[in-house]
Amino acid sequence: MAEYVVEMKNVVKKFPTPEGGEVTAVDHVSLQIQHGEFFSLLGPSGCGKTTSLRMIAGFEWPTQGEVLINGVKMGRTPPYLRPVNTVFQNFALFQHMTVYQNVAFGLEMEKLPRAEIDRRVKAALEMVQLAGMDKRKPKQLSGGQQQRVALARALVKRPAVLLLDEPLGALDLKLRKEMQLELKALQMQVGITFIYVTHDQEEALTMSDRIAVMDRGKVLQIGTPVEIYERPNCRFVADFIGETNFLHGRVKELNGDKVVVTINGLERELIGWRQGDLTVGQSVVVSVRPEKIHLADHQMLNQNCLPGKVTAVAYIGSDTRVNVDVGHGCQIKVWEQNKLSTLDPRAYYSQQQDIWLTLLPENCLVLAE
Amino acid sequence: MASNETIANVRETFWGNLSIVRKVRENPAMQGLTLMSPSLVYLIIFMILPMILVIILSFLTRGPYGDIVYRVNVENYIRLVDPLYLRILGYSLSTATFTTILTILVGYPLAYYIARVPARQRSTLLFLILVPFWTNFIIRIYAWIMILRTEGFLNSFLINIGIIQVPLNILYTPTAVLIGMVYEFLPFMVLPLYTSLEKVEISQLEAAADLGARPWRAFLRITLPLSVPGMIAGSILVFIPAMGMFVVPDLMGGAKTILIGNMIRNQFLVSRDWPFGAAASMLLLILTLAFTLVYTRRAGFGEELLV
Repeated sequence: MAEYVVEMKNVVKKFPTPEGGEVTAVDHVSLQIQHGEFFSLLGPSGCGKTTSLRMIAGFEWPTQGEVLINGVKMGRTPPYLRPVNTVFQNFALFQHMTVYQNVAFGLEMEKLPRAEIDRRVKAALEMVQLAGMDKRKPKQLSGGQQQRVALARALVKRPAVLLLDEPLGALDLKLRKEMQLELKALQMQVGITFIYVTHDQEEALTMSDRIAVMDRGKVLQIGTPVEIYERPNCRFVADFIGETNFLHGRVKELNGDKVVVTINGLERELIGWRQGDLTVGQSVVVSVRPEKIHLADHQMLNQNCLPGKVTAVAYIGSDTRVNVDVGHGCQIKVWEQNKLSTLDPRAYYSQQQDIWLTLLPENCLVLAE
Repeated sequence: MASNETIANVRETFWGNLSIVRKVRENPAMQGLTLMSPSLVYLIIFMILPMILVIILSFLTRGPYGDIVYRVNVENYIRLVDPLYLRILGYSLSTATFTTILTILVGYPLAYYIARVPARQRSTLLFLILVPFWTNFIIRIYAWIMILRTEGFLNSFLINIGIIQVPLNILYTPTAVLIGMVYEFLPFMVLPLYTSLEKVEISQLEAAADLGARPWRAFLRITLPLSVPGMIAGSILVFIPAMGMFVVPDLMGGAKTILIGNMIRNQFLVSRDWPFGAAASMLLLILTLAFTLVYTRRAGFGEELLV
C-alpha cells in the first residue's frame, strides 16, 4: 500500500482563454492525502479547488506535474479507469433512470453478476436511508434525497477515494447542517478517504481532518481545522477563515517569536506572536479574533490595552457583538459570550460608552502585510 | 384623470355585466377557447372543411368528362385494393421509412456535433442548416439533377479522378429519389435531434465516465436514451411529409418511380378522377396516422421519457 492515497506533485493547470491567452487555474499545487482522511479543499470561487479535484478524477489533465493515486502515476488515465468516484455539485443523476438503476450503473460497468449488483445496490441504498425508494425517478425526490442517491451511486463502487465537489451547495441551510454531520458519520463508517471541495469555511471546519486553503491557484496553508483557525500563516487565511480584526503597523522589535508592533496612527505598541519571517521595520498586520478580545471599563494591563468608544451593540442571544472605535477610523469587532442570565442593563454595553480593550499577546498574530 | 377613471369604470361595469364576457372571464376552459380561436377558425376553414369535402368526394363517382356525379358508392375504395396500387403504397411506405432511417443516420452525428460545439458556433451552424430553405425547393432539386445526371458533376468528377470508367446511372432511379428525399428532410430531423441532444448535460457524461463507463457505453446508456424524444419528433416530421411527397419522385425518379403522392396528384390533375384521388388521399391519411400512432406508442412517447 502506498504511503499516500492521493498525491499531487507540483501540479499546474492552464486553460486557454477565448481571447487567445492563458489562465493558470492551478499553480504548483502539492498535496499528500492520507488513507481514511477527510480532506477539504477550501477557498473562494475561482481559487482552483474544483480544477484540482477534476484532475484527481481525470476530467482534466495537468499541464505540468503529476497526480498519483495509490502511488500510481495517473498521467492521462481516463476517469473510467481511475479508482476514484465523484459526487457532483448538481448531483448529475441520470434523469431517465430510476434510483436503483442509477446506483447499479457503476457496478454494471464492472460487469458484476446480477445477484451481487442487487445485493450491493440494496445495501448502499440502505446505508443512505433510501431503502424503498428504488423505483423512483430522481425528479420525484427532494434535494436531500437526490444528494443521498448521488452518494450511494459513488460509494457503491467502493472507491479508494471519494471526491465531493461542493455536494451540499444545492441544499438549504438547515438540510446542509444535517448532511454535514451525516456525511462525516458516513465517512467514519465506510473508512474511505474523502476529498471535499467547498467555499464554506464553517463546513470545512466542521467535517475535515485536514484543510488546504487555496487562493488564486495556490495552496496557502494545509493543516487541521484548529491549526488553520488559530495559527493562520498569512493574511488571506486569517481573513478567509472565520472573522478577525486587522490592525496595521510596523515591526519595532523582534524577540524570538515575540514581536513588538507599532500600530499606525495610534502611537501605541502591541506585543504579538510572529507568524512567518519578519524583519524590523516591515509593514505587518496584527490579526485578533473578535471572541478573543476582553472588554473592561478600565485598563487591565500595562501593555496590549487600547482605549475606545462603543459605536454599535448587537445582542444576538448567545453573544453580544460590540464594535469599538479605537481612533483613526479603526473599528474593532468584539464578541462576548452572554454567560450570565440577567436582565440588568448594567451587564450589557451601551453606545458611546468609553471602554478598554485587552488583547493578550498570545491572541495577537503578527502577519506580513 | 378622474374622468378617465370614471369612464374606465363605466366601461368595465358595462362589459363585466354582459353574461358572455363574464362567462369567459370566470371559466378557464372558456379562456383557453378564446386564446385558441384564431388558429381554430383558420383550421376549421382551411383544414377541417376541405377534409370533409375530400371524404364526401371519395364516395362519389367520376363522370365521363372528369366531372363529378353525385352517386354515392364505395367503388373508389374497392378499386384501391388492386395489386398495382398496393405495390405503389408499399413502395411509398418503404421509401418514407428508408428516408426516415437515413435522415436519422446522417442527421444524428451532425446534430450531436452542433450540440457539442461552443454556443457561438452553434447558432452559426443552426443558421447554416436553415440556409437551403431560402431557395425554392424545385430549384434545389434541379441542382441535384445537375449533379447526378449521367454527364453531371458527380460522374465527371469520379471519372476524372479515375475511380470509375463508365458513368453511374443514378438519376431516375429509386436511389436518386432517396437521395433527394433525405436531402429535403434532413433539417427536420436535425433540428429536433439537436434540441434533445443539447439538453444532455456534460456532467451526465462525466458522471457516467466517473462510474466506469467507456465513451461508447456512456453514449448507449445516457446520450442515446435521452435523445429518443428528439428522434421521435424528427421521425414524425420526416415520415409524414415523405409519405405524401411527389415532387422529388417526379423530377428525380423519372416516370419509373411512382409514389402514392404522385398517384394522387395524377388522379386530380391528369386523369381528372377526383373521387378516386380523394379515396387514395383518405387511404394515405389513415395509413400515415396509423403508422405514426403505432410508432410513437412503441417508442414510449407517452411515458414522458424526459420527465
